[in-house]
Amino acid sequence: MAKTAVKEKSPSDIGLDTLLGHYKTMVLIRRFEESTYRKFREGKMGGYLHRYDGQEALVTALIPQLELPGDKILCTYRDHAHALLCGTSPRAIMAELMGRATGCALGKGGSMHLIDPDNGFLGGDGIVGGPVPISLGVGWALKYKNTKNVCVCYFGDGAMNQGGVHESFNMVGLYKLPVLYILENNQYAMGTSVSRSTGQPDFVKKAEAHGIAGERVDGMDFFTMWDAAKRALARIRETGEAYFLQVDCYRFVGHGVGDDNTQGWKFYRTEGEVHEWMKKDPIVKLGAYLKDAGVLPDELAEKIDQEAIAVVDDAVAFAEASPEPPLDSLYENVYS
Amino acid sequence: MAVMRYSEALRLAMTEEMERDDSVFICGEEVGQYQGTYRVTEGMLSKFGPRRVVDTPISEIGIAGMATGAAMAGLRPIAEFMTWSFALEAMDALVNHAAKITYMSGGRISCPVVFRGPAGVGTQLSAQHSQSLESWFAHTPGFKVVLPSTPEDAKGLLKTAIRDPNPVIFMENAGIYGQRGEVPEDTDFMIPFGQAAVRTEGSDITLISYSNMVLKCLKAAEALEKDGIHCEVIDLRTLVPLDMDTVVKSIQKTHRAVVAHEEWKNVGFGAELASRIYEQAFDYMDAPIERVGGADVPMPYAKNLERAAIPTDLDIIAAVKRALA
Ligand SMILES: Cc1ncc(C[n+]2csc(CCOP(=O)(O)OP(=O)(O)O)c2C)c(N)n1
Ligand SMILES: [Mg+2]
Repeated sequence: MAKTAVKEKSPSDIGLDTLLGHYKTMVLIRRFEESTYRKFREGKMGGYLHRYDGQEALVTALIPQLELPGDKILCTYRDHAHALLCGTSPRAIMAELMGRATGCALGKGGSMHLIDPDNGFLGGDGIVGGPVPISLGVGWALKYKNTKNVCVCYFGDGAMNQGGVHESFNMVGLYKLPVLYILENNQYAMGTSVSRSTGQPDFVKKAEAHGIAGERVDGMDFFTMWDAAKRALARIRETGEAYFLQVDCYRFVGHGVGDDNTQGWKFYRTEGEVHEWMKKDPIVKLGAYLKDAGVLPDELAEKIDQEAIAVVDDAVAFAEASPEPPLDSLYENVYS
Repeated sequence: MAVMRYSEALRLAMTEEMERDDSVFICGEEVGQYQGTYRVTEGMLSKFGPRRVVDTPISEIGIAGMATGAAMAGLRPIAEFMTWSFALEAMDALVNHAAKITYMSGGRISCPVVFRGPAGVGTQLSAQHSQSLESWFAHTPGFKVVLPSTPEDAKGLLKTAIRDPNPVIFMENAGIYGQRGEVPEDTDFMIPFGQAAVRTEGSDITLISYSNMVLKCLKAAEALEKDGIHCEVIDLRTLVPLDMDTVVKSIQKTHRAVVAHEEWKNVGFGAELASRIYEQAFDYMDAPIERVGGADVPMPYAKNLERAAIPTDLDIIAAVKRALA
């Protein structure tokens, strides 16, 4: 039976075509992350690898609303999805993860240090809390130069306990700088839950204590995230003042490759808890909405998935065929 | 004697000292419930309870401050940094407080605290996670600086560190946590600070290093032995205090030296060492001292670049050949 009532606009007032595009992006992120894990296990990558599975809405429902490269993005080492959303090609990301000359950091950064300044992406940061003091300076510069641009700074719940974060919040609140903080509250910092790491788990209160207004958002729902980001960005562009979103979400996989699901959740989270959160999978949820709206029949969902896999496979093939960085690049770029 | 891993020897030292002295406790990120990022503190929470094995938030300033203040107030804390790269967050508590309080108090306050954790380079961890910083601390008066290279030393030196009345910078090496060796089970086994170990005796040249680099020196020495070059390998074990007697004695015999470490060559500990050798043993030298150190760049990620940035046994062999040329 054909659907009669076909929705043309989403709750967030995004056209269905556009929304379908965002869905594709989230599928791409998921497939990309799965593939990085396999490639790491095959020995094609080294160092650390932190995946974004489950947190896709935090970037997909926000970064497309930015005016890159004028707006700036900072984030943590869990940065593959942020780079993808900023427009860094999957090929350049995969090549970076494999330490190739064609990588977005010329093979010098690896998974934790993806970067793409031409697209407004000022990089992933390996130091917990590290991006926050930097966001203060970026915000300062955006204001100083009289732009209407915003710096978006992603960081984790564990980072909220770093001293530098609070100094920076205080100064951002004091100087009234155009920074949007996205607290990726995936409930854990490695094996430490939020309740085991702070006496005040209401992160919004902490931002407010420094003069930064904020709110709590369900990061498992694309529309909620989109709307919160939209309001926050409009507010910052209008007032020039920072805003803080505590985005509740969950990482479906272990902290890093060393902590995969097979061992990780046994001693700091239960399998039951993980499965409860997986029921809120943001991709499944948006997919269900689109299907209900009549624009995502099963065949199309399958096609989108296959296309994502093809993009990832192409990135892998490109990376594997790319040369290592030339040895004389070792001493290049220590200074400008 | 028992055969155990370097990481297990560290755990044994802490366990014995905690059993001996109630004022010893551990604090750090993931040291308890998670069983330690590198499993060094595995099982210690269930053994000693949360009063003495304290899981902290990711707050290095807090960890260093907690340990320093508790030491000033009569406890003997062991603060674990997940890696020494993250201790950079805590430099003020370390350098401006822990290292100076004894002096600033005219000796009325002592600060018996151990700051420990993995240091060193490798495994493609790149710029912010892969670096050696021992000279930063050796440069600061007030710290003792310890870098064990074997399981036996890991135990003996950590026990000495815990009983020492001063702040001790104890740098382990993640690359050798799994290395096995004989470790004395005697609960009073301690290795005094300031006593270098001669790992191999030789008559042609002295190789001086510490931590992981000692293993590379031994490998180089083994290869050179086949060419008829007899190297004496010295493991400094502690940079502060520094055992120059053992170094000078060796150079009086060999008349040549290579100083080697993984940290950056520029202003690295090898420069201090070479300078002291020139001051104390110049008349015995037959050739300029050769220095081997890391490339003076932030650590790159790519495997080939990383390999080029970290000094190897081959670099040591080349340095030996230059010194003997
Ligand atoms: C200053 C500092 N301390 C410790 C670490 C080691 N570390 C890396 S990630 C991590 C957990 C961070 O958790 P959170 O901020 O919640 O971010 P998530 O990984 O959950 O995205 C820790 C302890 C680090 N990188 N930097
Ligand atoms: Mg987290």
